Amino acid sequence: MITLSPLRWGKQYESLDFIDVVHFDTGAPIAKIGTVGGGIVTRDLRTAEKARDALLAVPPAELLRMCGQAAELFQTGTLPVGDQMQTVDDFIHQQSASTGLPEHMCRNNMQKNAFVLANMEQILQCLTRGLDLSILSRGYGDEGRGVTVSFQAQTPVLGAVLPNNSPGVHTLWLPAIPLQVGLALKPGSQEPWTPYRMVSAFIEAGVPSAAFSLYPGGHDAGGALMAKCERSMIFGSAQTVAQHAGNPRVQAHGPGFSKILIGDDVVDDWESFLDLMVESVLSNSGRSCVNCSGIWASRHTREIAAAIAKQIGPVDVLPPQDPEAKLAAFTVPAMAEGTYAMVQQDLAESGVTDMTAEFGEKLIRRDHCAYLRPMVVHADSAERGVAMKEYMFPFVSVVECPQAEMLRRIGPTLVGTVLTRDSKFIAAAGRCTEIDRLNVGPIPTNRLNWLQPHEGNLTDFLFRARAYQTAELPAPLAAAR
Amino acid sequence: MSTADLISEAVAKKASEARSRLDEHTVKTVQWHFDERTGSPFWLAKKAELKFDPLTEIKCFDDLKKFPLFEDDWLRGGPISRWVPKGHVGKPVYVFETGGTTGTPKSRMVIEDHWKDYELFSETLPDQYFPKGANWLMLGPSGPRRLRLAIEHLAQFRGGICFCIDLDPRWVIKLIKKGWMEHLEEYKKHCIDQAITILTSGHDIKCMFATPKLLEGLGEALQERGTSLKEVGITGIFSGGTEFTPQWTRFAVEELLDGPAEEGGVFMTPTYGNTLMGLACGKPITAADGYKISYYAPQPRAVTEVVSFDDQTQLVGYGETGRVKLYTLTDEFFVPGFLERDEGEREAPYDTFPWDGVSGVRPFHELASATTVGVY
Repeated sequence: MITLSPLRWGKQYESLDFIDVVHFDTGAPIAKIGTVGGGIVTRDLRTAEKARDALLAVPPAELLRMCGQAAELFQTGTLPVGDQMQTVDDFIHQQSASTGLPEHMCRNNMQKNAFVLANMEQILQCLTRGLDLSILSRGYGDEGRGVTVSFQAQTPVLGAVLPNNSPGVHTLWLPAIPLQVGLALKPGSQEPWTPYRMVSAFIEAGVPSAAFSLYPGGHDAGGALMAKCERSMIFGSAQTVAQHAGNPRVQAHGPGFSKILIGDDVVDDWESFLDLMVESVLSNSGRSCVNCSGIWASRHTREIAAAIAKQIGPVDVLPPQDPEAKLAAFTVPAMAEGTYAMVQQDLAESGVTDMTAEFGEKLIRRDHCAYLRPMVVHADSAERGVAMKEYMFPFVSVVECPQAEMLRRIGPTLVGTVLTRDSKFIAAAGRCTEIDRLNVGPIPTNRLNWLQPHEGNLTDFLFRARAYQTAELPAPLAAAR
Repeated sequence: MSTADLISEAVAKKASEARSRLDEHTVKTVQWHFDERTGSPFWLAKKAELKFDPLTEIKCFDDLKKFPLFEDDWLRGGPISRWVPKGHVGKPVYVFETGGTTGTPKSRMVIEDHWKDYELFSETLPDQYFPKGANWLMLGPSGPRRLRLAIEHLAQFRGGICFCIDLDPRWVIKLIKKGWMEHLEEYKKHCIDQAITILTSGHDIKCMFATPKLLEGLGEALQERGTSLKEVGITGIFSGGTEFTPQWTRFAVEELLDGPAEEGGVFMTPTYGNTLMGLACGKPITAADGYKISYYAPQPRAVTEVVSFDDQTQLVGYGETGRVKLYTLTDEFFVPGFLERDEGEREAPYDTFPWDGVSGVRPFHELASATTVGVY
């Protein structure tokens, strides 16, 4: 059984406290993780400057080259992870076993993370609008316009409290390394695999190990990370996001409430968008913040809901090794039961119809886990509570709403795909501050262009634009005498 | 491993003698609490509900299992005087509380038990690290808490003066329940600031009590100021709480206390206790023993057992896991078996404490998610 130990600025720490990682379906232990408390995190973060110093000693261009090599190693190599050498297949099996994600989804998430790492130069070019990275490294410089620009790093390290069940989110912290900002990560207890393997790949590629800390642990460790890092990101529920709202030191990532809005001009052709809608709802077992949880249109909503239900309603539980598996397990069965109870409440409201009712039982209980099979509900008005819901399984509400009311009623929307040729509607969607990522045209909500910022631009989060004026000092008076 | 492998002949002899003293003490304590002339109104009333006569049928410690389990809810509400044994009527009475963040707290009346417990505990403290006459800092809860007065008495008993801070643990628990983590951090800082002010004001403080969380906070705050617990003059600390894990202890010894005491670091000893029982002493902790923490109750005044999760009358084997069960057997307070909210492993007697102990204490797994631990 593999043992993962905490990493303290590149040095492995042999903890005396361990938690077991268990197989989602059998409950058998598959790994041991050594944990640390908040005291160790707090203590280490007092010397966080050393992590940035270690990265500043390597030119950005060299770090970008290392990112490319790390991408290759992450995706294909056999790497030291914990007390073992880990192959790609080991990684996939371990991640699937602890998170309940089908193996092919683990491979997709791995490819996504590797893609971002491999294309880091272009991604940073886009995030920084083409800024020479040496300007970020030195803190100031001239872009060639004869004007000094200055960007000051707001933190020597980026802290991140990572999620348990979403291996795709790790793309968000990867750019910190070529930006010469260290990483202090608290891995999720069920998904330590990506951060551990990614850090190993970075180190094998030559990135200074002193730039990395991994702090598996409880709330205590996460709390210390958030309290002591000048910039940190956290992944959690809507409540987590609300708790950190307005805090400039924290980037909180929660439910996406991503949506597809169909304009009146194209809604009669809704069948042309059926595949797009199905993919947006069903991909990655509906777990991502970029999965579509709401489809809004002014008419044909029942037909749309019925057509999606016909495609995803029959989807059933398959073994995680099956390439056709579409559903991830809830590793905590009570979470599935609680979620299903909330859905039942949603369905009890007048005007809400379960369009997948004919496709059998939704809650599938197993000894150590549970599944929720896909659900499509129809809401006859945006007033219905379900119109604002998002759950951790393939679940979508198809909402009947006049186009003129849509943009003021959709609420927070991480990805908004707007299907229309109506230039006024497109312009209004562009102005709608509820929508973070705007897709105009037939782009599934789950297909992200990584050359554009996601939930805030990481460079804006880590650096502050400011003035930096210089003038030559007069010659020393002593020299003139 | 057999019991004989775990316990030497000499320790077994001592354990047998200790058991005889416990049996004798149990009978004497039961006689006191159930005698119409000396018992408390509570236990005299309870006697009528029992299906046996404690005055004639409790002949040894094991006979206490005839009593129903003590329910700490009995301690909620008044009148507090129902707990005062008639044999002590007229003496000054303290009341100490636990809980009470919301609703009625549990109240225990005390006359001198907290003094006696801490005087006994004092005998276990090495003078090298807790010098007689040295002043103390009490970095823990204030208000209606047994701990606050007990530490002060310990300091005075050893010839020193105790400095205290203001700390309201009920407010701390409310902050956690409300999710006001920034306020929680600020309140912790407020407590630590008070401690640093005292420690740096020339009061010659060498000894202290601190909860693990506050000790960690104080150590960090001092290090941020470029100093340390050792540099401000602390030589001995005793600390307590269920989050006292081997890993935390190792972190404290290696990174807060400047290494093991025998290599020049600050000495720290763990304790385990509560308002019902008093406090249990820790066996000295060492790196060689994996920073294992074992507690031993101050027998015969109090007893800890580790019992089966399924049957609280059955002890588990040495090294096996079970629920912690407490007994308090003083002339002020009688607890004939109370299931603590903790679990741990049963430890064998040893030379210093020739009776059962408990190690690896942590919140009872069935209650753990509902328990707020380590809050101050």
